[in-house]
Amino acid sequence: MQAGLALGGGLVLEILPSGAHAAGSKANFTPGAFLRITADDVVTVVLARADMGQGTSTMHVQLLAEELGIDPSKVKTEHAGNDRRYDNPVMGLQLTGGSTSTAASWGPYRQAGATARAMLVAAAAKRWGVTRTDCVARDGAVVHLPTQQRLTFGALAESAAGLHVPEVAPREKDFTLIGKPIPRVDSMEKVLGQAGYGIDVQVPGAKVAVLLRCPVPGGTLESFDGSEAKKLSGVSHVVAVPSGVAVVGDTYWHARRAAQAVKVKWSEGALAKFDSKTLEADHLNAVRGSTGERVKNTGDALDTLTRAGTVIEAEYSAPYLAHATMEPQNATAWVRDGKVEIWAPTQGAMMAAEQVARALDVSQSDVTVHTTWLGGGFGRRIAQDYVIEAAQVSKAIGGPVKVVWSREDDMRHSPYRPAATHRVRGAISADGKPLAWHHRVASQSILTQVLPDFVGGLLPSGLHFLRRTLASLGQSSVSTSDPTSVEGIDSLPYDLPHLAVDFVPVETGVPVMFWRSVGHSHTAFATESFIDELAHAAKADPFEYRRSLLMRQHRHRWVLELVAEKVGWTTPAPEGLGRGIAVHKSFESYAAAAAEVKIEDGAIVVKRVVIAIDCGRVVNPDIVKQQLESAVIFGLSATLKQRITFENGRVQQSNFHDFPPLRLSETPVIETYLRENEALPTGVGEPGVPVIAPAVANAVFALTGQRLRSLPLTLPPV
Amino acid sequence: MAKFKLNGVEREVDAPPEMPLLWVIRDVLKLTGTKFGCGMALCGACTVHLNGQATRSCILPVGAVEGQQVRTIEGLAKGEALHPCQRAWNELSVPQCGYCQPGQLMQASSLLAQNPAPTDDDITASMSGNICRCGTYPRIRAAIHRAAEMAKDEQVDLKAAITSEPLK
Repeated sequence: MQAGLALGGGLVLEILPSGAHAAGSKANFTPGAFLRITADDVVTVVLARADMGQGTSTMHVQLLAEELGIDPSKVKTEHAGNDRRYDNPVMGLQLTGGSTSTAASWGPYRQAGATARAMLVAAAAKRWGVTRTDCVARDGAVVHLPTQQRLTFGALAESAAGLHVPEVAPREKDFTLIGKPIPRVDSMEKVLGQAGYGIDVQVPGAKVAVLLRCPVPGGTLESFDGSEAKKLSGVSHVVAVPSGVAVVGDTYWHARRAAQAVKVKWSEGALAKFDSKTLEADHLNAVRGSTGERVKNTGDALDTLTRAGTVIEAEYSAPYLAHATMEPQNATAWVRDGKVEIWAPTQGAMMAAEQVARALDVSQSDVTVHTTWLGGGFGRRIAQDYVIEAAQVSKAIGGPVKVVWSREDDMRHSPYRPAATHRVRGAISADGKPLAWHHRVASQSILTQVLPDFVGGLLPSGLHFLRRTLASLGQSSVSTSDPTSVEGIDSLPYDLPHLAVDFVPVETGVPVMFWRSVGHSHTAFATESFIDELAHAAKADPFEYRRSLLMRQHRHRWVLELVAEKVGWTTPAPEGLGRGIAVHKSFESYAAAAAEVKIEDGAIVVKRVVIAIDCGRVVNPDIVKQQLESAVIFGLSATLKQRITFENGRVQQSNFHDFPPLRLSETPVIETYLRENEALPTGVGEPGVPVIAPAVANAVFALTGQRLRSLPLTLPPV
Repeated sequence: MAKFKLNGVEREVDAPPEMPLLWVIRDVLKLTGTKFGCGMALCGACTVHLNGQATRSCILPVGAVEGQQVRTIEGLAKGEALHPCQRAWNELSVPQCGYCQPGQLMQASSLLAQNPAPTDDDITASMSGNICRCGTYPRIRAAIHRAAEMAKDEQVDLKAAITSEPLK
């Protein structure tokens, strides 16, 4: 831990999590890691984790202010740039993802607040010549209780910065802010239209670029003719860059208009004949065959299945999916004098710096990344493709430039949630209890594709480290080459003597990426649909069946029971409605949901969703509720409406008309419940998503007797 | 040259008439509160008021607003005084990523100007063209009701709120 003087005078505190990289000697004179207090009484909290809507900015402020003694609404925030001091201690790299932000900040931010408070109190006591125990820090000032003398943090900052950094522990109970639904610190600037997203960055003299890319992912540029485009007004450059042809103009519109006049020939590459229908067949062959890797083997599931009296089989599938953040991908870059400056809405500022440095062959220390607000993330902005592009265009034109993707670019040239197919066979005993479960998953590995980008030159030791780290985030309890494809299956919570899980890699070359809840987004659909199928075969109530198999899994059971109670499971569903339920653990949190659906004009309409989470200790219950509401709607979009498909290597969807997110008119009544406990805080951004699809599919079955096993769910024509 | 009134200020812009208003506002006038989402009037992120009516600026040529009144999110508050929708948005913690919210707020404030006490069905009809990928819809609905209630209690004229001159 270090303290130092801020530029312009003031207290800077760096609280370094153990194992984090130590800051250089200059660090004392640069903005501190988490907190900066300056003489003008401005208290600034640096946001180590990128805020893409999940509320981490408020979480950071709330944790730190709890200890410091300041009104959270008076604190300023600043986004962390690329800087090892902001590494995510859960992941070992500067990444916002895996629903780790609160867990990663719980210790360090409270510690920073507690340490700063102790130093400010010590500085005040010293100045007044009184004992520290008579002084308290509150509302941005230190007060001497016997005399009511008062000095603001700003007035104390400089002398506090010169003090020895004490060992103090943040309190673990009697919180004044933690656990309270304080207002979001980012709300005001967002309702005023003043929040600066990546796409809003203004660098004097910057041009705007759009890219023409090969319609087939992985294809390359053969030749282009930009002469007609360059004749148009407001167009400055038409240049080749590694990802295609950059058309550069005064505004987005000038560049976009000119792009239509560029003639391009592509070499379409390996995916030129890639087709989703072929992939579906490949997946089915893969899950029906016997190849692949056994990633979990408890008991002897296969043998039990051959001998069992009642065997149930089912195949489930999930398509590729786009993240479709509301803010299309964009980044601003300025390459000059061997240095690179970047402004970007990114979930990984350090990853952006590493990848830009490699792409431009400069030293990483010559790359500065400024993070902005993110107009959605959902995992998309862990990929840094759009940031690299901006740097390459800036280098090519020799000036500052903002690269802006269209919605069509975003839909067609992004990395996707991998498509997956599951085949599950289950055996039940005469009394209906599950005996054996054999689960085969065909999909492609996200990790294999992205790890080189994560670790750069650190392979292969870094690769092992990251595999382990990332596997631990998915709670994959076993060694596997691809934990994210089987996460949630290998840790199936139900009492079951025989479980075998196989992963069959079907590599396609399609770019893939973490997508809100990652593998859980399709594995829970399969496991929670299948347990429903077993319950049906056992002639048991779907809730009671699950519950009876979760007697040793208390936290699963608690959220399941909470949802059942709140939805009124023991009373019949309203007339014409079907009810379904699901429970799933992901990112160390436990979520359950119940859905009520009806059929209108042959379409599934979700009328009500009740969802509950146990994410341990809650920092801000209102933000947890926001995230649950968000997860329901994000989950329903994928459950009912969205798919990315390929034909001749081309993505067939392009914009919100054919990749439709849920709209307000389609939004059900949503009820959210928190099952709080004293456990350390765990994830909330993702864990609500996985339970939505199976809850809805199970409700459709309850209503119609039709078991829908393919996402998005559609009823066959009558 | 295009001439129109933007947030109460006469603006003259060197832009071809076919250039969409969105890009004139964002890239020429550098008012970035109005957002680009789809470019096809499918998502509503670019919603502004044209003569008090919610309008998608991404497909509206600047030539079509010649001499008319355009208001963006930057002109929704009157100086320090927020529009009731903005206050309700804060009070109910509507924004998550916040990217679509300027468009949502312009759509909602236009609805309230025409219908100061909208029903749930009125809100559904008016707001379903605005996409929010974070899924803030339940809170948007609640916040519109809350804004209507605030305006009624405080006797705010919701029509005047979006048609009168913003403070400079």
